[in-house]
Amino acid sequence: MQYALEMRNISKSFYGNQVLKNVNIAVAAGEVLGLVGENGAGKTTLMNILFGMPVIHSTGGFEGEILINNEHVNIDSPRRAMEYGIGMVHQEFMLIPGFTVTENIKLNREITKDNLLSKVFGKSLRTLDFPAMRKEARQAISTIGMSIEELAVVAGLPVAHKQFIEIAREIDKKNLKILVLDEPTAVLSEAEAEKLLDTIRYFAKRGVAIIFISHRLSEVLKVSDRITILRDGVVVDSKPSSSFTVSEIAEKMVGRKLENVVLPPRAKEPSDEDIIMSIRNLKVYMPGEMVKDFSIDIRRGEILGIGGLAGHGKLGVANGIAGMFPAEGQVYFEGEPYRLNDPSYALRNGIVYLSEDRRGVGLLLDESVEMNIAATAIEAFGSFTRRFLFMTVYDRKKIREHALEMIKKLDIRCKSPTQTVRRLSGGNQQKVCLARAFTLNPKILFVSEPTRGIDVGAKKLVLDYLVSMNREHGITIVMTSSELAELRSICDRIAIVAEGKLSAVLPPKASDAEFGLAMAGEFQEVLQHG
Amino acid sequence: MEKLKKILISYAVPIAFSILCVSAVLVAQIPPIFLASEIVRRLSRNTFLVLSLIIPIIGGLGLNFGIVLGAMAGQAALFFVVDWKIKGLVGILVACLMAGAISVVLGWLAGLTLNRAKGREMITSMILGFFANGIYQLIFLFFVGSLIPFRTKQFLLPEGVGLRNTVDLYGTVASALNNPWMIRIGTVRLFVLPLLIVAGLCLFITLLFKTKLGQDIRAVGQDMHIAEVAGINVNKVRVIAIIMSTVFAAIGQVIYLQDIGTINTYNSHEQIGLFSIAALLVGGATTRKATIWNAILGVVLFHTLFVVAPSAGNRLFGQPQVGEFFREFLAYAVIAFALAMHGWRAKKILM
Ligand SMILES: Nc1ncnc2c1ncn2[C@@H]1O[C@H](COP(=O)(O)OP(=O)(O)OP(=O)(O)O)[C@@H](O)[C@H]1O
Ligand SMILES: [Mg+2]
Repeated sequence: MQYALEMRNISKSFYGNQVLKNVNIAVAAGEVLGLVGENGAGKTTLMNILFGMPVIHSTGGFEGEILINNEHVNIDSPRRAMEYGIGMVHQEFMLIPGFTVTENIKLNREITKDNLLSKVFGKSLRTLDFPAMRKEARQAISTIGMSIEELAVVAGLPVAHKQFIEIAREIDKKNLKILVLDEPTAVLSEAEAEKLLDTIRYFAKRGVAIIFISHRLSEVLKVSDRITILRDGVVVDSKPSSSFTVSEIAEKMVGRKLENVVLPPRAKEPSDEDIIMSIRNLKVYMPGEMVKDFSIDIRRGEILGIGGLAGHGKLGVANGIAGMFPAEGQVYFEGEPYRLNDPSYALRNGIVYLSEDRRGVGLLLDESVEMNIAATAIEAFGSFTRRFLFMTVYDRKKIREHALEMIKKLDIRCKSPTQTVRRLSGGNQQKVCLARAFTLNPKILFVSEPTRGIDVGAKKLVLDYLVSMNREHGITIVMTSSELAELRSICDRIAIVAEGKLSAVLPPKASDAEFGLAMAGEFQEVLQHG
Repeated sequence: MEKLKKILISYAVPIAFSILCVSAVLVAQIPPIFLASEIVRRLSRNTFLVLSLIIPIIGGLGLNFGIVLGAMAGQAALFFVVDWKIKGLVGILVACLMAGAISVVLGWLAGLTLNRAKGREMITSMILGFFANGIYQLIFLFFVGSLIPFRTKQFLLPEGVGLRNTVDLYGTVASALNNPWMIRIGTVRLFVLPLLIVAGLCLFITLLFKTKLGQDIRAVGQDMHIAEVAGINVNKVRVIAIIMSTVFAAIGQVIYLQDIGTINTYNSHEQIGLFSIAALLVGGATTRKATIWNAILGVVLFHTLFVVAPSAGNRLFGQPQVGEFFREFLAYAVIAFALAMHGWRAKKILM
């Protein structure tokens, strides 16, 4: 069999910790290989090896061999990988924030033309041909069916757009033969993810070999021809996707059966009598997620879901309340007027926000897991500190205890609480973010996309934890998510946002059709006419 | 309102300096014509050196304290041009070529060193400057006249080995760039050639950032890791940025010294590193952002203060020295402030 790419007997250790053991994978041209596994199973590491990433070579390289079209190759840098026609959409964004969309798509593949200097001093002094670059960038963007202003600076764009820009960049590579997509759909809504799957099929038709990594197993099942399952750095199964079901994959990934989230009863059900926050005519100027006129009463002690299609403003609501983007409107918190546009005011009043853009609100990558978990609580409230003589010092013991508890509850896969966060897998970094927000003991917790990039097993743990915070400590939770199933599994009510306005508030048991109509913004009419 | 506040904050340093300058000018009661002629002259004399700092800043290397290496190369070249008695524009040209060649090597070495000290470029380039200064002193105190032949005895120390504290350029290349083309407007003299050369460098920098190489420098400056993953040869780009900066500093030092007319053998380069960096910062540049306009504005503001500080000091305290101390103090203060801001921004915890 002629494979476009084969990786044979790949083993890799980080500082004596073996994370890949004799892994074999293979993809043919025009084939889609789904690669799945728990957080920390080694998926990204395997792909980093393929792409010659510096992190692999600065930690002692790897064992095993890589073959492209049956020929041995030595990939020691991303540059070399690109020469072999390998493209990669990394799990974390590889976009330069200060550059425009065009500049990012064309990064290091700029179109240039000759000038006087370049004739004397060589190619690197050729002038950039911006109009031509712009044209090709626009073309690449429209190939994936998006409309993104190609001269916009990337920094201010919504995460979904950033993700599509990364994909447009790969599309634009003319010599692309092997494409790796490491969790490209994690930041996308279901509709957007569908669009991305179409793009994958389009690539496959063009004869590109594709490796697709995702924690959304139904997607993997839909788009892949073959699925390889990794567990703790070992391939546990690899078969045509037609021979799997979602639950089989999930079980093979985590090595045990998965149960549903249980919702314990409350002493007192939340009701409209006791409103913790009242939002009236909220407007939020968040590029790509504008909120135009949103009003709702949040009941004390409930779990409120916010759903809706991407770009309709569901992400804007929490961002506006937390002061991340300019907002206006009347908001009352526990009956008092609430000040918008002031993040520290929000935090002081116990309103904690976990952004969907976890890169943006940075983990301290070179700090330990425990310090990351405690950092904001220390900074904002002076928790985990004690008086010592005349100084305030960290209470190391308390920090450690708390960190260990979070590590256990959220199943953060790390060697110890003192490990630096940089060395965790992408999904486990996400869990540290969650742990940090949960540590703040909020009155209202706004979480956006809490299970983004987290594997099926851990997803349940995260939702369980949210439920237990709600039931045991009475914390009001507002959860924004693009996964309807997730909202329906734990929310008391689900608010659907369409075109920047509240379209409907539905119970979790409402039918798919009702949710569909609400998302299209047509629910009201249905109520009136039928 | 918010916007205005943001603008005020981001231009805090130039605004503060403008206020300081205006008040100093008022106190000193310096005739405006005199001030104007001094500023124009200093623009043609110092701007080139200040501009040499821009490329490394955009390349993410911060303030290149290593321009003193270039300055040393410029001086070294001038010593020999003086010794060989090459006069006028030819002398300048020879000096620039020699200094350029030396600083390509020095810049290359500095670049390699800085690549091994990623994230600590500024302190490393500062140390490199001290180190190079040691070698410079060794060469010009002990080797010149002994190992390295030097004919012009009047510039050597009495024993015939080592250069004197000052080497003057009169009769060789002093004002060699200034004299050929001078325009007089009233009592203000414009030296057209140096100004044209400065304009040329401005043009070059502008054009550079429209080329592939310029784009690579910007990308590396914004995020080394992403640039590397995109296949850019990060180390090479950084070395090129440092080489360019060093070469421009060398040429800038030649331009500067031909205007001054004498070389302070063991001091000129040190001073010029300090004052150029301070001037750029005064113009509103930071350790991460710098433009041509920051350089020009910086030279104007910083040197206005230079010109008026002694008389202002004299009027206020009856002592010109106070003004001199004050400006030295300000130069260091501005740099310290920029470095502190740099550290603070790097540390800032979000949320
Ligand atoms: N730079 C590093 N240094 C040390 N250990 C690392 C480093 N990068 C990853 N690891 C470890 O390697 C293991 C595999 O990580 P990897 O990122 O490949 O997981 P993954 O399958 O991509 O998970 P996720 O679904 O969370 O993205 C993890 O245990 C992680 O802690
Ligand atoms: Mg990963």
